[in-house]
Amino acid sequence: MSVDTATVKRVAKLARIRVSDDEAAHLEGELNAILGFVEQLSQVDIEGVEPMTSVTEMAMKKRQDAVTDGGKAADITANAPNSEDNFFLVPKVVE
Amino acid sequence: MTDLTSLTIAEARDRLAAKDFTALELTDAYLAAIDGANGALNAYVATTPDQARRMASASDERRASGTVGALEGIPLGVKDLFATDGVHTQAGSHILDGFKPRYESTVTANLWADGAVMLGKLNMDEFAMGSSNETSYYGPVVNPWRARGSNVDLVPGGSSGGSAAAVAAHLCAGATATDTGGSIRQPAAFTGTVGIKPTYGRCSRWGIAAFASSLDQAGPIARDVRDAAILLKSMASVDAKDTTSVDRPVPDYEAALGGSVKGMTIGIPAEYRMDGMPREIETLWQQGIAWLKDAGAEIKPISLPHTKYALPAYYIVAPAEASSNLARYDGVKYGLRVPGKDIVEMYENTRAEGFGAEVKRRVMIGTYVLSAGYYDAYYLRAQKVRTLIKRDFETVFGDGVDAILTPATPSAAFGIGDQDMAADPVKMYLNDIFTVTVNMAGLPGIAVPAGLDGQGLPLGLQLIGKPFDEETLFRTAHVIEQAAGRFEPDKWWG
Repeated sequence: MSVDTATVKRVAKLARIRVSDDEAAHLEGELNAILGFVEQLSQVDIEGVEPMTSVTEMAMKKRQDAVTDGGKAADITANAPNSEDNFFLVPKVVE
Repeated sequence: MTDLTSLTIAEARDRLAAKDFTALELTDAYLAAIDGANGALNAYVATTPDQARRMASASDERRASGTVGALEGIPLGVKDLFATDGVHTQAGSHILDGFKPRYESTVTANLWADGAVMLGKLNMDEFAMGSSNETSYYGPVVNPWRARGSNVDLVPGGSSGGSAAAVAAHLCAGATATDTGGSIRQPAAFTGTVGIKPTYGRCSRWGIAAFASSLDQAGPIARDVRDAAILLKSMASVDAKDTTSVDRPVPDYEAALGGSVKGMTIGIPAEYRMDGMPREIETLWQQGIAWLKDAGAEIKPISLPHTKYALPAYYIVAPAEASSNLARYDGVKYGLRVPGKDIVEMYENTRAEGFGAEVKRRVMIGTYVLSAGYYDAYYLRAQKVRTLIKRDFETVFGDGVDAILTPATPSAAFGIGDQDMAADPVKMYLNDIFTVTVNMAGLPGIAVPAGLDGQGLPLGLQLIGKPFDEETLFRTAHVIEQAAGRFEPDKWWG
């Protein structure tokens, strides 16, 4: 399988990365080189093979359903490019 | 007085205990070495001299009062991927500009709890995506090694290039690193240092910027096998904050050193003999086999039939996980924000400017293989292939193999700005051909220096072990180290 420029632009949109027409053309070649490389996986017989979901066999750890952390709003917003009163500020999203 | 930076961790530990010098003197020696060298090598992206001296003085006070941790007073460098409280943490990326977390990663917290001193943050490929340290926003790291008679700058490997270069150039006593496809072992091999990626789940991933969560593991890069064992003992822990952290006590890895490999079975996988592999790599491998045979190990030819599919499967699984993990960098919570006419354009502008070319490529590949209609053909198939890769290892270990010996890399360090690799991303990816299988199967792997090539550049061998059997790797790597000797670059910098 390979991608065309329109697909590159659609994927860039999904990934929320602005891509210019020049960049899209360049990326098309690079992505196709990578997709060409991974194409060899189609040679592998995967009939009846379970997909890996966990690399080490272990039961998912569970903890008590209780509040164990919190009260750190100032710490959490400390690195925000724009914040006010411990809220993140973003451009208007609802008219 | 000898140059304090020439001491290994084990040596410095003993000399500090004997009160030959203080932790503050040792730290000052490293800070001076960094000042002299970093302009040429670019291994550190941030140094923390005031904090280092404070930590060293506190260590000296603890020692005076009789409290001595396993790494008491030992100055270390930290890969920029680890969150360090109040200190530069940017994963080598522009998108995390100015990020200083208000928390400490579990691995680094373990090191400080054992008395270690932080010298600063080490350069790396952006978000650990790269094999040459050239994708860093902070520019490439220069390998302290040069070919004999040459002044051409070489890469230190990646993504933990800063860690490997700093250890090789004595700009820290040891360093933290991480490995998703080979990012500890390949740079260790390129710089004549020792690097171990432990079993998945051995070190907590909490506070390490995530690249591919099912593959990422932290581990040390050190000057010799003993130092790597000392560091891993402190880095590893059981951590409730990482659900994939495994509930097993951490063994005393250093105690495994010096043990015999007599009667052990070492597997030699036929599939790691690649077409076009340089003769020197093959010779090194045969030399490693001979050393282990001389030490009494039994050598057994084995087959890992799905080896060639590990790298292509990796280039589906890792980008898929990365595209999801890196979704959080959106210009809202931390780091860079580039304005736009609305919020979506702000996201797109921020990510376009904040991510470098390699990161964008991988996020795009990941987004594509996870997108509607392609999931089964790519991601699901890759995860099935991953099951087969793991099964290959389980079969040989089940047949009595104790550890597997392979080359660490298909070549020695190459030049910065290599044209072939710049033109074809897949060429760069092939650097990880011998290491990536280990991440796909979640196994431990260690790279140990084994010799120099015809140009005088270091080459490494890799040992692959059973899950949570790092002790066998340390013991076996130590035997190789004893036979091969240690390798240090001639100082041309600073």
